[in-house]
Amino acid sequence: MGLTGLFLITFLVIHVGLNACIFYDLPIFDPNDNGAMFNKASHFMGSTMVMRLLEIVLFAGFILHIIQGWSLELQNRQKRKQGYQVNLGNRGSKWYSRSMGILGTLIFLFLVLHISDFWIPSRITHNLPQAQYHGVEMHDMFIKMYNSFQNPVVVVLYLLGVLALAYHLFHGFHSAFRTMGVHNRKYLAMLKSLGYGFTIVVCVLFALMPIAMFLNWVSPL
Amino acid sequence: MEHYNMNLTLKVWRQPNKNSEGRFETFDVKDISSEMSFLEMFDVLNERLISEGNDPIAFDHDCREGICGACSMHINGRPHGPWHATTTCQLHMRAFKDGDTIVVEPWRANGFPVIKDLVTDRTSFDRIIQAGGYISVNTGNAVDGNALPIEKDKADASFAAAACIGCGACVAACKNASASLFVSAKVAHLALLPQGEPERKNRVLSMIAQMDNEGFGSCTFTGACEAVCPKEISVTNISRMHKDYLWAGLSTEK
Repeated sequence: MGLTGLFLITFLVIHVGLNACIFYDLPIFDPNDNGAMFNKASHFMGSTMVMRLLEIVLFAGFILHIIQGWSLELQNRQKRKQGYQVNLGNRGSKWYSRSMGILGTLIFLFLVLHISDFWIPSRITHNLPQAQYHGVEMHDMFIKMYNSFQNPVVVVLYLLGVLALAYHLFHGFHSAFRTMGVHNRKYLAMLKSLGYGFTIVVCVLFALMPIAMFLNWVSPL
Repeated sequence: MEHYNMNLTLKVWRQPNKNSEGRFETFDVKDISSEMSFLEMFDVLNERLISEGNDPIAFDHDCREGICGACSMHINGRPHGPWHATTTCQLHMRAFKDGDTIVVEPWRANGFPVIKDLVTDRTSFDRIIQAGGYISVNTGNAVDGNALPIEKDKADASFAAAACIGCGACVAACKNASASLFVSAKVAHLALLPQGEPERKNRVLSMIAQMDNEGFGSCTFTGACEAVCPKEISVTNISRMHKDYLWAGLSTEK
């Protein structure tokens, strides 16, 4: 669980870094970029053999993490047949550390939406607008993203997905290291702070993407 | 500290035996001194129940000084009640106010089946210890304490882990009913000392296997066990146990 979690955390770094290329269109960088940097980065990820092979490993990581998570949750729920009249609740732990199964399920539902929104059109159906840079034709993922995020319902769903991810990471980041056996108090304190910092940076960046496009801070125009 | 008397309403879990259905029973207790311990308050109630010809409430207790781990009540949703780092027997009635309603339940976990009322069968902990929580190698005759050098940090960590009284509050508080804090404390207090080193790998493998067999859940590091532990056993012991378990699993001869 911890190992697959840490693997997926490294994926988040790549995913948020690549998607953050959309912000190059902001006036402070290059307002005439119109998503060119993001499209080229997306094209690199979709057309390079190594990246496509890593994509298979990534899917395997997701599937393994989801199966492990659900089976762990199901097993643990069966360990107390009769519950308490009065529960300990927040007096002993944070609500999100007790809700990793539910948060993970919400992220899974978000993942289904996200994959059907972007991954399937770009890798399987290819029904996307095209862009051309230096004679190379590629999917215009920037326009696809922009069009998707003009719908306020989609924006809200994405923000809820990011919120679930944030709380999942608040607990999951340091818990993964503990599971792997890190017990040095100094390192654990550092990892906890690092986890909070990582979660805030990654999730704020992810949340800003639909917001920036919905509010036309970045646009293909 | 100001002394006062109080009247309370107790909602206590009653269950005649292991196989029967249980239910909450409500008792009004009057003129309880704030200087009584929580168990003394139960003694007063039980004396009244006996004098009335009723069955007294069964609860575990032994030393009544916080070191045996026998007392085990889930009081108002918290193992051992509202005070931090305190066993039920050391909890005093000044923790409550006149007119309070107190809900008292037994530990709830598949690994701790209820025997009667507030008494649970915690022999699963004994079986976990029997699986490896000891040193069986020949350590020779007793030698001068200073003849065996042990670094201070390790001695302190071992001593802190050895403070575990095996009360089961960690299991009671954990949403997964995991016994990891107990097992990790018992693993750590031996593993950190030179005498425990030769059997370190087999000990951690055997004790974790037995913990799983007893029907306890897995640790997901919520930290509830550490928050309620009357002996303040650190959850860091669980991480250390995981490290030992991983290493033992990869390198043991068996």
